[in-house]
Amino acid sequence: MKHTIKELEDIASQIRRDIVRMVHGCQSGHPGASLGCTDFFTALYFEVMNYKTDFTMEGAGEDLFFLSNGHISPVWYSTLAHAGFFDKSELATFRKLDSRLQGHPTTHEHLPGIRIASGSLGQGLSVAIGAALAKRLNGDKSYVFALLGDGELQEGQNWEAAMFAPFNKVDHLIASVDYNGQQIDGPTSKVLALDDLQAKFEAFGWHVINTDGNDMQAIVEGLHYAKTLTGKGKPILNLMSTQMGAGVDYMMGTHKWHGTAPNDEQLAAALAQLPETLGDY
Amino acid sequence: MKKYTYTEKKDTRSGFGAGLHEAGKRNENVVALCADLVGSLKMDAFIKDFPERFTQVGIAEANMIGIAAGMTIGGKIPFTGTFANFSTGRVYDQIRQSVAYSNKNVKICASHAGLTLGEDGATHQILEDIGLMKMLPGMVVINPCDYNQTKAATIAIAEYEGPVYLRFGRPVIPVFTDPDQKFEIGKAWMVNEGKDVTIIATGHMVWKAIEAGEKLAELGIDAEIINIHTIKPLDDEAILKSVKKTGCVVTCEEHNKFGGLGESVARLLTTELPTPQEFVATNDTFGESGTPDQLMSKYGLDAVNIVEAAQKVIGRKK
Repeated sequence: MKHTIKELEDIASQIRRDIVRMVHGCQSGHPGASLGCTDFFTALYFEVMNYKTDFTMEGAGEDLFFLSNGHISPVWYSTLAHAGFFDKSELATFRKLDSRLQGHPTTHEHLPGIRIASGSLGQGLSVAIGAALAKRLNGDKSYVFALLGDGELQEGQNWEAAMFAPFNKVDHLIASVDYNGQQIDGPTSKVLALDDLQAKFEAFGWHVINTDGNDMQAIVEGLHYAKTLTGKGKPILNLMSTQMGAGVDYMMGTHKWHGTAPNDEQLAAALAQLPETLGDY
Repeated sequence: MKKYTYTEKKDTRSGFGAGLHEAGKRNENVVALCADLVGSLKMDAFIKDFPERFTQVGIAEANMIGIAAGMTIGGKIPFTGTFANFSTGRVYDQIRQSVAYSNKNVKICASHAGLTLGEDGATHQILEDIGLMKMLPGMVVINPCDYNQTKAATIAIAEYEGPVYLRFGRPVIPVFTDPDQKFEIGKAWMVNEGKDVTIIATGHMVWKAIEAGEKLAELGIDAEIINIHTIKPLDDEAILKSVKKTGCVVTCEEHNKFGGLGESVARLLTTELPTPQEFVATNDTFGESGTPDQLMSKYGLDAVNIVEAAQKVIGRKK
């Protein structure tokens, strides 16, 4: 362990503060799933992945991460800043004119840590597979991680990718699904039910594990376990249950905060629940 | 009129296959992907010599574009291959976000473009692809005119860093360009110098423009013929220089006149040098089943149509 669980939880608390402040600061963005995935991002960047903050596009010999559900950019930007990719003061520019921190992540403004644009949903798994294939050709044994939203699994391209990866033994790939059961128009069970995702991915040939994405110990252990499953001919799918809005009581358990910014009063109520551990930007 | 002859006819897609094989020999980072059309795209030679650098994605073009974009991150130079329709319209958003906006070094290689696909009919005959691709910021759009030029273009785009759309076709047509040509992206080729009218042609229409030039010469009209193989970036300088001399222009393409080469030329001329222009192109229509020759004739893409357009546009000169 590079950090104790308590240290990771402290980092996550600061990232959650950043998320609500960033979204409040521009009065737009997606706090709900950003908060829900904060523990995952913290575990990934502060415990699980091997990478250099001296960023190169290729990332030879480094673990790579691809975010398919690009609208949860606030959690990624804050994570990258605290991990050392850029100064945290830049978080204040989120979604503002001339910022590198676009509403959805992009390589276009050359923000270190980002390797592909995402936002239009359903494309990230294919890109991650491509990066993994290139690593295989290069004899590079490092891992490729991806995060997909659960709602975005309604996009057909995911299933093209899901069929491709096991058939082609793309087995240094660990994809996680943010299984919060919510999307813009309501619960996924009402909009277009995902039903038994484990059975679906297993039927496609993936090795599926289940983790609690809001329990730091569980997510760290789950991702480390996922690594031990690689190299055996199957891609790994981490079906990660999360609570949209996790860490801010009034944002939890509803799709209402998918893409809504808190007002001043709501910001204060959120920050009161999230200790400042590393210093606000 | 400069005399052009040919000793054989070949399809431009075979030029692509030969170019891909050569690019693969020259650079081990060149990789190829195909969506279940290996034979149609003539990728066999590449696959035979570099099997580990070829990825068969099945009938899943969106996934193919995404994988190609991802492979560039590891320093690869992916060439994707499928029909033009499935290379563009079907995957427009994947190209827009994962390739163009992300500035990935993907070469989107598209066969069976236009009416000359023939009997399969309108579902497969895309006439809108140049427009779709040229509107994407940073996308290079190339439509070579014969086997040799397609081969040279394929080799050249492997050496260029950035997203490229390479459009070619199915029918066998005369091979009339230099087999040892150096292909320069964005540089027009002067096919014939003339003074009365500028004929600007791309793709399969270049040979037809040469045929038209010969007929015009018999009528006493001295046509300047320019091959624009790179529709974007357009060779503004070559076009303006020619049009300053001739005072009128005919654009020829196997594509809808909405959004094609002709519109790019019109945009340039309207801004820099307003000039009478006629369009030899399809006119806001889908194609249909038929032989390539029948279709080119029915939809007004023959040498005779270029001749008529040239006569008409000359009449419009002040």
